[in-house]
Amino acid sequence: MDTFLWVIVPYLCLATFVIGHFWRYRYDKFGWTTRSSQLYEDRLLRLGSPLFHFGMLGVVGGHIIGLLVPQSWTDAVGISHEAYHVVAVTGGLLAGVMAVVGMVILIYRRRTVGPVFSATTVMDKVMYAFLAAVIVLGMWNTIAGSIMTIGGEYNYREGVSVWYRSFLAFNPDASLMADAPLGFQLHAMVAFGIFALWPFTRLVHVFSAPLGYLTRPYIVYRSREDQLGSHSPRRGWERTRV
Amino acid sequence: MRVMAQMAMVMNLDKCIGCHTCSVTCKQAWTNRTGTEYVWFNNVETRPGQGYPRRYEDQEEWKGGWELNSRGRLKLKAGGRLKKLATIFSNPKLPSINDYYEPWTYDYATLTDAPAQQHTPVARPKSLLTGKNMKIEWSSNWDDDLGGSKATEKYDPMLKKIADKVKFEFEQTFMFYLPRICEHCLNPSCAASCPSGAIYKRAEDGIVLVDQDRCRGWRMCVSGCPYKKVYFNHRTGKAEKCTFCFPRIEVGLPTVCAETCVGRLRYIGLVLYDADRVLEAASVPDDHDLYEAQRSILLDPDDPEVVRAAEAAGIPRDWIDAAQRSPIHALINKYKVALPLHPEYRTMPMVWYIPPLSPVIDVVRDTGEDAEDTGNLFAAIDALRIPVEYLAELFTAGDVAPVDRVLKQLAAMRSYMRDINMGRDPNPEIPAAVGMTEEAMYDMYRLLAIAKYDERYVIPPAHAEQAHSLEELGTECAVSEYGGGQQDLFGEGSGVPTPIAVENFQMLRDRQTSDTLASPNDKSSRVNLLNWDGKGAPPGLFPPRSEGEGQDDGA
Repeated sequence: MDTFLWVIVPYLCLATFVIGHFWRYRYDKFGWTTRSSQLYEDRLLRLGSPLFHFGMLGVVGGHIIGLLVPQSWTDAVGISHEAYHVVAVTGGLLAGVMAVVGMVILIYRRRTVGPVFSATTVMDKVMYAFLAAVIVLGMWNTIAGSIMTIGGEYNYREGVSVWYRSFLAFNPDASLMADAPLGFQLHAMVAFGIFALWPFTRLVHVFSAPLGYLTRPYIVYRSREDQLGSHSPRRGWERTRV
Repeated sequence: MRVMAQMAMVMNLDKCIGCHTCSVTCKQAWTNRTGTEYVWFNNVETRPGQGYPRRYEDQEEWKGGWELNSRGRLKLKAGGRLKKLATIFSNPKLPSINDYYEPWTYDYATLTDAPAQQHTPVARPKSLLTGKNMKIEWSSNWDDDLGGSKATEKYDPMLKKIADKVKFEFEQTFMFYLPRICEHCLNPSCAASCPSGAIYKRAEDGIVLVDQDRCRGWRMCVSGCPYKKVYFNHRTGKAEKCTFCFPRIEVGLPTVCAETCVGRLRYIGLVLYDADRVLEAASVPDDHDLYEAQRSILLDPDDPEVVRAAEAAGIPRDWIDAAQRSPIHALINKYKVALPLHPEYRTMPMVWYIPPLSPVIDVVRDTGEDAEDTGNLFAAIDALRIPVEYLAELFTAGDVAPVDRVLKQLAAMRSYMRDINMGRDPNPEIPAAVGMTEEAMYDMYRLLAIAKYDERYVIPPAHAEQAHSLEELGTECAVSEYGGGQQDLFGEGSGVPTPIAVENFQMLRDRQTSDTLASPNDKSSRVNLLNWDGKGAPPGLFPPRSEGEGQDDGA
């Protein structure tokens, strides 16, 4: 059972994530967009969207540090467990509160503003449910688990993080996850659900973060020559250059 | 010198009667889809008026286009790259749907479905965004013909600058029409604002297009364009804009708006310009110099030096010929009667306008004087500062002198040609008074008044050796390529776009194989979609599946 939950399911989700994105990019570039609803409503979005997105950037950054940096590294540079804990909880709490407040505003907006609600697809609703669940569970783990230590202290850097790195190294140790508190287990499980859904939702826009804008020239020129018509030529049928 | 070719348009505002045919045909051709209900690639505004979207010209509010920073360098008015990325989660300067209008339809079914009742049933307006009943309060042409201008005049950003001089008394009023499409700028701020790099300028003909596969819906182009001619398709989540009807241009046909223009006021042709000097011209410090600066980077296609450079730059010979015959070059640089729209946005727009003389003539005629007499007209242009200053706000960043000169040229042309038409001796002093020769004046008259189709539209087709690959012909595409799209998975616009040639396939085949063009054989069994209530599939709605398959839904 542990192997199924913490080895098979995560790898299935990862495979869906990778292959799904490849497939979506190959066949649905036209559908690859933020599908912004700012045109319909501006006031709530102006508040909620930056809160949510900047909060999420903080949350993702925190997860990268927490999951990918081994405890031995921070010990090696002399950061004590307590100091790390304080910084992580403070930062996590700040980013988490921003994300939660932003999300509440955005979900309220999506439900109450007529045109925005009409433009919401079924996939959007599923995605929102998963996203809300994973954020709430994450906040629960931070507040109830790490601050109030309900159900005993748990150092995720010796449990979940190690499992996650072993998962990424294709040498997963399911027992580490099986021993983790229920809150962490649920959080991880729902998060994998999101990763599996990711390529089929509007979340794909995360991967088009336009960082190239910082370096490219302002005006883009394109010649008809490199691609004629609306399709790239099939292999072997490219135009010859004279 | 790096010579590039640009497809450009000139509109003669004196001839525009404000019939909106261009807007309607353009809409039928390009934007009659869900998500683009409020999108008008071409619209006609009554000036003075707010324009569409409302007050789009107020760049202090919308921050479109470019401006000079304190060091005299050109920068986006809405802020540079870092600011764009920092505000990407909520575009600070995006017009809301209310600045355009909430699109609607009518509940037509009620008209036929309603039970017998005392009062005539009414088709109520339904919002196309929410599907609910709505109150129609604004639209793309709410202030057409100065309608309601008593209430809305104060919102015209151009009028505000000269407001103390303008009287909206009916006996003193003036108005004219301003048809607008995308300017296909030489220095497009929409393209510069696009974080994804999806908006590009075609190197061959300068047409500015949005790559629908690369657009990610960040909406910065909508804010960046000072003319507000990039629209956000709220259904597909992608930006869309006027394409200069490139599939038509590629085969040598004029744009739909030009083709259907009743007043024949549009001219289309090539200009050659020096791409190396665009930035320099867009950065001149004084707004009043921008018109001259932009004119100066357009090259003389008859200059052998330019022709050599153009050939070296790979511009085909027939394109250079077309540039030499171009009505655009003649109107902008030979007769100098065309002016750019809002050069102060520093985007180097390439749809130019011949300012209307009509408001002046109307006033002179109303005074009982001879409205076509040079002396009277010249005096009136000088005296009637209000229309001239208003036109200057639109076309020369407020510099009255060029507008004054153009209007005098147009006035002189009327007087000069009247003598000829009345059988009197032409008066050479009239052209001389505006610095033109008699021959040039006559040529200008020909171009403005009686130019035929092939003189108004000098469009070299894209190259014959490439023609099989063009969008409109599209014979190169392997049909199997079109089966691969995942239609319907992510909304109606999903999947691989269908080339025009494929959409037309059935129709073209029918036309080629039927005996007569005007009355197809199966006409009696066809369904008139205008009368169709949208329910069920009446016989003849779809063509029969195939011969002998037995799919006889007509019986």
